[in-house]
Amino acid sequence: MSDDTAETGPERHWRTALAEGRFLLQRTRASGTVFFPPRLMEPRTGDDNWDWIEASGMGTVHAVTVIYPKPPEPPRAVVLVDLDEQVRLMSEIEGIAAEDIAIGLRVRARIGERAGAPLLLFDVAA
Amino acid sequence: MGGQFPRGQTAIAGLATFGLGECPGWTTIEMAAKAGQLAVADAGMRMGEVDALFICLPDDILAGLSFAEYLGLSPRFTDCNRTGGSAFMSHVATAATMLAAGYIDTVLIAYGANQRSGGGKLSTPVGSNAWEAPYKPLFPASSYALAASRHFHEFGTTRRQLAEVAVAARAWANTNPEAFAKGPLSIDDVLAARMLSSPISVKDCCLVTDGAAAIVMTRTDRARDCPAPPVPVLGAAAATWHNAISQMPDLTTTAAAESGPRAYAMAGVGPDDVDVVQLYDAFTINTLLFLEDLGFCPKGEGGRFVEDGAIGPGGRLPVNTNGGGLSCCHPGMYGLFTIVEAARQIRGTAANQIADVDVALAHGNGGALSSQATVILGSAATI
Repeated sequence: MSDDTAETGPERHWRTALAEGRFLLQRTRASGTVFFPPRLMEPRTGDDNWDWIEASGMGTVHAVTVIYPKPPEPPRAVVLVDLDEQVRLMSEIEGIAAEDIAIGLRVRARIGERAGAPLLLFDVAA
Repeated sequence: MGGQFPRGQTAIAGLATFGLGECPGWTTIEMAAKAGQLAVADAGMRMGEVDALFICLPDDILAGLSFAEYLGLSPRFTDCNRTGGSAFMSHVATAATMLAAGYIDTVLIAYGANQRSGGGKLSTPVGSNAWEAPYKPLFPASSYALAASRHFHEFGTTRRQLAEVAVAARAWANTNPEAFAKGPLSIDDVLAARMLSSPISVKDCCLVTDGAAAIVMTRTDRARDCPAPPVPVLGAAAATWHNAISQMPDLTTTAAAESGPRAYAMAGVGPDDVDVVQLYDAFTINTLLFLEDLGFCPKGEGGRFVEDGAIGPGGRLPVNTNGGGLSCCHPGMYGLFTIVEAARQIRGTAANQIADVDVALAHGNGGALSSQATVILGSAATI
């Protein structure tokens, strides 16, 4: 995957995969470190010998804020999720009231759609 | 090599603020130029002596070039870095090392913004990156709120403790003629304020004001001939660990935990030596995080440290003695105002003057708790 003749940068590759229904992460071969968002090389080390892997999709809410827009728009939550692969990302959790989302909640990734574009979202894990 | 700093070899020789609060009818560059003119006059110099310009303007990516043109200067060095509200601390670090090397002789660092009169919203060309923007966090409030949620979770910090920060800032502002937000503010007032992005309410957020500031720096031996006592720069250090909040390594520890110790080492002082502290309080959580990361209390103890008016007038540690970004002014980028207040405290000319100030710390924050930069100023007795 470190082939300099690759047709696109890693971000385009990731977005194309997401549009095809796959949630990818990158994993360095030597250290086994998983990283996100997509990059040319492992942060810190610069190791560019890595593979795309499919994310497990399982994660835990690490931080949460509830945003209160002007009524009648309802409160909505923005979260940081720690994936089991030990990467962190921002997202939303659907199917639960914003104020019921607590740090530590187990969640599962799902590829949804917003404004005609695929988007990574989460549901409460059963 | 690395981490070397010309301790005390350079100094703030002139300083000024202009148009704090509301300054209708002025453009950003006019405000910056006016503050610059006042600072140069305060240093007893002529504008034509300035040979290095450092500036950020909210509405002009190439502000350094515009400022040189506006002042009719042809600087030997021009810088308009974009590390957010901490840019001015980085300017001081660059200016001090370049002055000490003899590369430049007279530095003007300036900022101005008319965001209150110009529209009333935070004026910034910055926003969430492509990985966060689809989830529509309030930028930047939700980023700080997420960090606060972790601080609450890990250390038991409360909204009441955050409110202490806002109340202390207001108490200082109430006796500062320059401050914009005045009047009584109680813990209960803050707790009853409209929630914006939990746990951050509108009273946990800095002001949206107009305002300009400027400082003049030169080598300390020359600054001694200026009208006001020189304010030597003892240390200046910047650190960056991330940009987007989702990439912050630890939401409860900022890069101030690196910039602070480096600045202390340069200055040859520690937190116990600091007489007055100016922190970039964009949100109340900032003050807790920076008090911890800069060594004024242990990690996680920020909330308990500020209880019972501990950082307000008459408290155990004077913090943000001008009223801070929360109650004095916040014209989009606040860093330079902390430096001006720290220098005034050293000079003995602050509105809320603390007795016998020999060491003052000014700490800047940029982005989403991302860029952290610390400047330590001293009195003549420290060099």
